[in-house]
Amino acid sequence: MAYEFDFGAIVPHWQLLLDGVVLTTELTVIGAVVGVSLGTLAAWARASRAPVISQIVGIYVELIRNTPFLVQLFFIFFGLPALGVKLSEFQAAVLAMIVNLGAYSTEIIRAGILAIPKGQIEAAQSLAMNRVQIFRYVIIRPALKKIWPALSSQIVIVMLGSSVCSQIAAEELTFAANYIQAVNFRAFEVYFVATALYLVMSVLLRWGLKIFGNFLFERRSHV
Amino acid sequence: MSLVELHAIHKSFGELEVLKGIDLKIEEGQVIALIGKSGSGKSTLLRTINGLETINDGTIMVAGKKVGDRDTDVLTLRLNVGMVFQQFNLFPHYTALENVMLSPQVVKKQSKAEAKDVAEEMLAKVGLADKMMHYPDQLSGGQQQRVAIARALAMKPRVLLCDEVTSALDPELVNEVLAVVRQLAEEGMTLVMVTHEMRFAREVCDKLVFMHQGRIHESGAPEDVFANPKTPELASFVGGLA
Ligand SMILES: Nc1ncnc2c1ncn2[C@@H]1O[C@H](COP(=O)(O)OP(=O)(O)OP(=O)(O)O)[C@@H](O)[C@H]1O
Ligand SMILES: [Mg+2]
Repeated sequence: MAYEFDFGAIVPHWQLLLDGVVLTTELTVIGAVVGVSLGTLAAWARASRAPVISQIVGIYVELIRNTPFLVQLFFIFFGLPALGVKLSEFQAAVLAMIVNLGAYSTEIIRAGILAIPKGQIEAAQSLAMNRVQIFRYVIIRPALKKIWPALSSQIVIVMLGSSVCSQIAAEELTFAANYIQAVNFRAFEVYFVATALYLVMSVLLRWGLKIFGNFLFERRSHV
Repeated sequence: MSLVELHAIHKSFGELEVLKGIDLKIEEGQVIALIGKSGSGKSTLLRTINGLETINDGTIMVAGKKVGDRDTDVLTLRLNVGMVFQQFNLFPHYTALENVMLSPQVVKKQSKAEAKDVAEEMLAKVGLADKMMHYPDQLSGGQQQRVAIARALAMKPRVLLCDEVTSALDPELVNEVLAVVRQLAEEGMTLVMVTHEMRFAREVCDKLVFMHQGRIHESGAPEDVFANPKTPELASFVGGLA
């Protein structure tokens, strides 16, 4: 007998799904803001010629980019308590996302920094600006502008990757979907809706990042 | 006391010794042209004076003070020594006005209003009063280079170094930039410029310095140097230009 679709079976659980969407959004926003900030500092350290710091950052980046996100998450949630660091599901999920996005965005932002013509940095040096001033006023804005599309994609990838956090019972969207289908046995309908929700969130996130990029890099006089 | 004194400057890139003992004094108000073949070390010498290249040996004195190798020494040096490059190197995300205002604000901690006054004055001086709100990519090469000059001047340096400031320009734009440099020279600004514009060098400079294979091979007043070169190398360099 053919399967009878019943999307109505999800309606009683809408609150759970909504909570999941909210949590996924929170994870993404905090992960993106802190992760990209971390990546910016790390990229600066890596592009500067301080060999020790640059190497430490290099190890961090390679370690994260060459291991699965799920294992990183398990390490933080189940592994760190052995060192006395006990985190809640949410804290562990956020930290994993920050560390993960931090590493990927380091490489992306570094490419942007390296694309700044050397002459512009020398011009800034000849104007007696110090390293911090040069980074802040001359390098970072054009560098981010160059790599903004790549960085935006990475942030979307991390948002979608947050579904893995259901594995440590962080109650984000995938966790909510898993839970609902376990009680109403409507796997098709539940995951169909969850998929649609992720799709909508991705589209909105991309759009928001584009608007934010336009705002950041828009030509407006500061005088 | 000279404004800038270089003594026995040596500079190598790896095995290649590019400056082989340079002695040079730059007096207040002097306009010096550095000439010489490609690869003779002209740019390297200018960059050395601005602290963009470290030196292997020798001393640099600016306004009577020896420049050490600490970061702060180099920053202090650069407050006295401005530089303009062949590629204008404007900051693409700032308008002409903001390019000129930036360093006085962040380095000299001038207020916005103060920095703006100075920047407007400098841009007017280089003939760009009507282009202040333009971004670099909305300006011609000659205009960009004049913004770069205004930007360096806004820091009120005691000496301005110019490395082939017209070499990247289309021929019809060269003169507007040379006119600005000439005006600076007439106002008494201390200038050291690398140039291939021999006629300009002859008219504007007090002193010509001919570099050859990492050394100052010959120097003197432009009339003398052009009329009776003492060394065959300079003779052939000058002859090759004629
Ligand atoms: N960063 C560097 N690394 C290695 N070698 C360099 C570097 N900068 C310059 N050189 C070399 O040093 C020598 C002198 O270069 P420099 O740029 O000072 O010459 P120049 O007189 O300014 O020549 P041009 O008229 O072509 O500008 C050249 O042989 C050049 O290849
Ligand atoms: Mg040169």
